[in-house]
Amino acid sequence: MHEFLAQLANGVELGAIYALIALGYTLVYGILELINFAHGDVYTFGSFTALVVLVALRAAHFLHGAGLILGIVAALAVAILACALLNAGIERLAYRRLRKAPRLAPLITAIGVSFMLENLIELWQGAAPVPFPNVIPNPELEIGALQVGVQQIVVVALAIATMVALHYFVKRSRLGKAMRAVAQDRDAASLVGIDVDRTIAITFLIAGALAGVAGFVGGVSFGSAWFLNGFGAGLRAFTAAVLGGIGNIAGAMLGGFLIGLLESFSTWFIGGQWSNVAVFSVLILVLVFRPSGLLGESLPEKV
Amino acid sequence: MSALLDVRGLEVRYGGIVALRGIDFQVEEGEIVALLGANGAGKTTTLRAISGLLPIRAGELFFAGTNLRKHGADAIARLGIAHVPEGRRVFTRMTVRENLELGGYAVSSRRELDSRIEDALSIFPRLRERIVQRAGTLSGGEQQMLAIGRGLVARPRLLVLDEPSLGLAPLIAAQIFEVLRDIHRRGTTIVLVEQNAHAALALADRGYVLRNGEIARNDTAANLARDPAVIAAYLGGS
Repeated sequence: MHEFLAQLANGVELGAIYALIALGYTLVYGILELINFAHGDVYTFGSFTALVVLVALRAAHFLHGAGLILGIVAALAVAILACALLNAGIERLAYRRLRKAPRLAPLITAIGVSFMLENLIELWQGAAPVPFPNVIPNPELEIGALQVGVQQIVVVALAIATMVALHYFVKRSRLGKAMRAVAQDRDAASLVGIDVDRTIAITFLIAGALAGVAGFVGGVSFGSAWFLNGFGAGLRAFTAAVLGGIGNIAGAMLGGFLIGLLESFSTWFIGGQWSNVAVFSVLILVLVFRPSGLLGESLPEKV
Repeated sequence: MSALLDVRGLEVRYGGIVALRGIDFQVEEGEIVALLGANGAGKTTTLRAISGLLPIRAGELFFAGTNLRKHGADAIARLGIAHVPEGRRVFTRMTVRENLELGGYAVSSRRELDSRIEDALSIFPRLRERIVQRAGTLSGGEQQMLAIGRGLVARPRLLVLDEPSLGLAPLIAAQIFEVLRDIHRRGTTIVLVEQNAHAALALADRGYVLRNGEIARNDTAANLARDPAVIAAYLGGS
């Protein structure tokens, strides 16, 4: 029972991170029908920017008392901003000029951007994993039979708050409606006065910001950052987005948590070396038997 | 006095194919102008070029003195041209209200937007009953009402309609034309592309007949409706 609950908590924590990354895939797919393979590397970039800020603040002996909270907020904010700008920059430089090209062209470009980012991050931070500053105090809390760390609670709470904010933004705000309109019918959107290029740029900003949050919580959760982290995490998150129904926001969240739980429980039952097999088997099964995903309709609800 | 919409020498190509070979036409403020012609004559292409959805090869387009060639589709919409496209193109996965709200995307005041939506709903009471439904669940006629309503929320100076009666039951089509007459009476200039030439000429002040990407005829609606050649080609014989 103890072990089961511990794996459940781990799965939810992992799932929160995957869900945040999956949202980035799904938002961009919804609006451009492009699988942004560089997205996982934007997540890696977020981990490293947060890490660099925290290391610098620790070296300046800033991370005590109220400074600790401020420092964490600063690291998170810098990661969000850096990833948002990076993602929008990628769209502007690499994808926008391919808007009218055959669909294979931006897809291959995305893979190229992914390689570039991985290599640039390796140049910047080296090929070995870098320990993530252990800044959030992590006493274990006992809730009945459930033992959870404060870190786990922070990670999951931050992820869920971000997702709730995103949900209301897309459903209610003027820009959110513009994003949905562009995702559904670009010409019709421009005919009502929506600037399509700007709306797509904003979508990349938001997807990048989500990767920034994910990069921060991922660094906290895994305790390290590595230049290739985004490759594996990105593939799992992509699987999550497909499982939920790519283009569907609620689906990305659901898929993220399901993949996190699957990874956690498959590690427990059959061993960590098999968790990839479990996760990617799901990808294959979904693609074969329900390509529109759990929440996707025959045409997925985009954005 | 210059026309509200002034099109001169408009030329559009799809790849190597010439779709419009230099057409000229004008729309005065307060008019209803019909564009007639067979399938492939270039009617829809003309409308899409005006709205900025197609790249223009040559020619000049002026709307209220503004050169439209310098603007993208979204900016042209904000200048006061509302284009109700062929096939309605409502946002099917959004509610009726959200569609109407998007029609007023350029309106920043919430109160102003709500009052404009209220106006559109009073013109199309059917939409009020469907206000929380997804647009995709509406019938064809209701979707056409929504598409026109969405255009009206922008309070356009020029309303451009592409085949508003296509695929609708005759009774519904007649209702739509009645509403267009009403909208025009309230001061909106209208350009109309329509398969149903009878209905279009009954509504319009003037008409242009397109053939193979050129203007073949240009006359008052009354004269066109009497013209034997037009009758034979577009009005189904005598």
